[in-house]
Amino acid sequence: MSNAQNAPLLEVQGLKKWFLVKKGHFGRPDRYVKAVNGVDFTVGAGETLGVVGESGCGKSTMGRSVMRLIEPTAGTVRFDGVDFTALSPQELRKRRADMQIIFQDPFASLDPRMTVGDIIGEPMDIQKLHASRAEREEHILDLCQLVGLDHDYLKRYAHEFSGGQRQRIGIARALALSPKLIVCDEPVSALDVSIQAQVINLMEEIQQKRGVAYIFISHDLSVVKYISDKVAVMYLGKIVEIAPKNRLYDVAAHPYTQALMSAIPIADPDHGRRRIRLEGDLPSPMNLPTGCCFHTRCPYATERCAQEEPELKLVGENHYCACHLTVG
Amino acid sequence: MEKLIEVKNLKTYFYTEDGVVKAVDDVSFSIEKGKTLGIVGESGSGKSITSLSIMRLVQSPPGKIVGGEVLFHGRDLLKIPLNEMREVRGNDIAMIFQEPMTSLNPVFTVGRQIAEAVMIHQNCDKKKAWEKAVQMLSLVGIPNPEKRIKEYPHQLSGGMRQRVMIAMALSCSPELLICDEPTTALDVTIQAQILDLINELKERTGAAVIMITHALGVIAEVADDVIVMYCGRIVEHADVHSLFKEPLHPYTQGLLRSIPRLDQNDEKLSSIPGMVPKMTQMPDGCPFHPRCHCALDICRQVSPEAFPVRGRMVRCLKYHPEYEQQWKEEAAGE
Repeated sequence: MSNAQNAPLLEVQGLKKWFLVKKGHFGRPDRYVKAVNGVDFTVGAGETLGVVGESGCGKSTMGRSVMRLIEPTAGTVRFDGVDFTALSPQELRKRRADMQIIFQDPFASLDPRMTVGDIIGEPMDIQKLHASRAEREEHILDLCQLVGLDHDYLKRYAHEFSGGQRQRIGIARALALSPKLIVCDEPVSALDVSIQAQVINLMEEIQQKRGVAYIFISHDLSVVKYISDKVAVMYLGKIVEIAPKNRLYDVAAHPYTQALMSAIPIADPDHGRRRIRLEGDLPSPMNLPTGCCFHTRCPYATERCAQEEPELKLVGENHYCACHLTVG
Repeated sequence: MEKLIEVKNLKTYFYTEDGVVKAVDDVSFSIEKGKTLGIVGESGSGKSITSLSIMRLVQSPPGKIVGGEVLFHGRDLLKIPLNEMREVRGNDIAMIFQEPMTSLNPVFTVGRQIAEAVMIHQNCDKKKAWEKAVQMLSLVGIPNPEKRIKEYPHQLSGGMRQRVMIAMALSCSPELLICDEPTTALDVTIQAQILDLINELKERTGAAVIMITHALGVIAEVADDVIVMYCGRIVEHADVHSLFKEPLHPYTQGLLRSIPRLDQNDEKLSSIPGMVPKMTQMPDGCPFHPRCHCALDICRQVSPEAFPVRGRMVRCLKYHPEYEQQWKEEAAGE
């Protein structure tokens, strides 16, 4: 295991998830939605990778494929020295204790017929973590303390709580098995701003205490900048740029990232700036454009962009960008 | 400037099994022609109910507009008969709703839905109305309007549907456009397109806009004046520059501090502790006092009225001339 010391916690290579939408008959090719179309990235222990992109860019599918909640079509996921994609279902279940997920919708992701205590305790039961009931209870109480839930709440049901508190329950459940990595799929998007700040602070606190790594998926670029160490920008199933957050937000190299950054509304009416306007909508992931998938909306697109697909290449310190026009 | 619409002491209550919910409690504001008023607040603060009350679209029962006036060109919209109100809706005052997915009828083409409004309000025949619909679609930047007009809502993307909603709302050249979270369901790049579009159209037609949203960034981009609502009341009403530069009400301060900013580095995000109280169990005194970082004893007893402070309206005892002294003494004592 000496090798694993330097290796990142999570290493994803060539991950693809294609959904079959139409079977091709009489020799016609099958048609797929290429939701995730070859992504590579790494996440170190205790690190936060932010993933941003517009709806339909494949960021949630990517998060779920990494966990094998959705079976990936191709690619490898090495987690903690083990190839996740090669595990049998039994082994996978055991290994998943180290990789948990927090979902976007705090109203749909908690079972309405279970008490809060049972929701938080369920992962422990599945993994047979505790021999005695007392031990289990104590663990649940500890978790409640950590996420700031009152002990009286344990006997109550999820519908009695507000969005912010439900998200705390979801976080407690994800932490129940002391995972090394948590995939957070838009954990604060459904919350009001004042509550959002509470939950973000809680997640930061937990990271400092427990050293857990996050994959933080969100469409809110300000939140992602706040919480992440490095940020990946996705467009139509591909990572178009990945960099340490300050580099990405200061010197974005990809035209899509630049447009995305310039579109963020800033809470300052005196803030003057030029907005890069993207024309049109996202192309359908069933009919990906040839060459660079962004060329149909890119203000700088050239002949070459329509034909040749750009690779992710190094353009600065730990800064990768997939664009023909940026020079390393 | 002439006031286009003036809302005075508007009160909309909901009579529920758990008690009376004062969803809109004594709200007053006015808008001049060609201006944009932003209304911000968290869910349940009454911002949507305020706009629905103006349109008299509050579901009744359980809701009821129990008091106040909505003066549109000097005429009280709350007192006119329903058939006259129907003339106003869509024609003089139009509304864009949050969910472009659910506010279009799935079984009719978008062209028919736009043309319907035109035919009803502008008294023209079908052919003219369809021409108008094509014209509106191209105005809101939909490519191939002649083709798109025959399509159904499900064939369009979210941004396109919101454009259709805007086209429909603007088809009768309203004087007031109410946008209820028009970009919440959209991506940032599409949001930027829609906000630009609303601003552009406002300049071209001279319409006034009420922009309701929980996103302070959106408000900063489009509004001239801003109302901050909490628990059905206006807690601060100011022009956009002074509000963002120097928020006075502790709630506004908390809101502005709890959004992560791009120019901010790793300092801890400040949040407002606790949560919005249940509307049926409002605390005594100032409704914000359980979450307020500077609440004092006096705040638990006296519910503040809105009063002018430095050129704006604020509902906080901290700034009230009558209580200022008492407040200072208590603050010194604590």
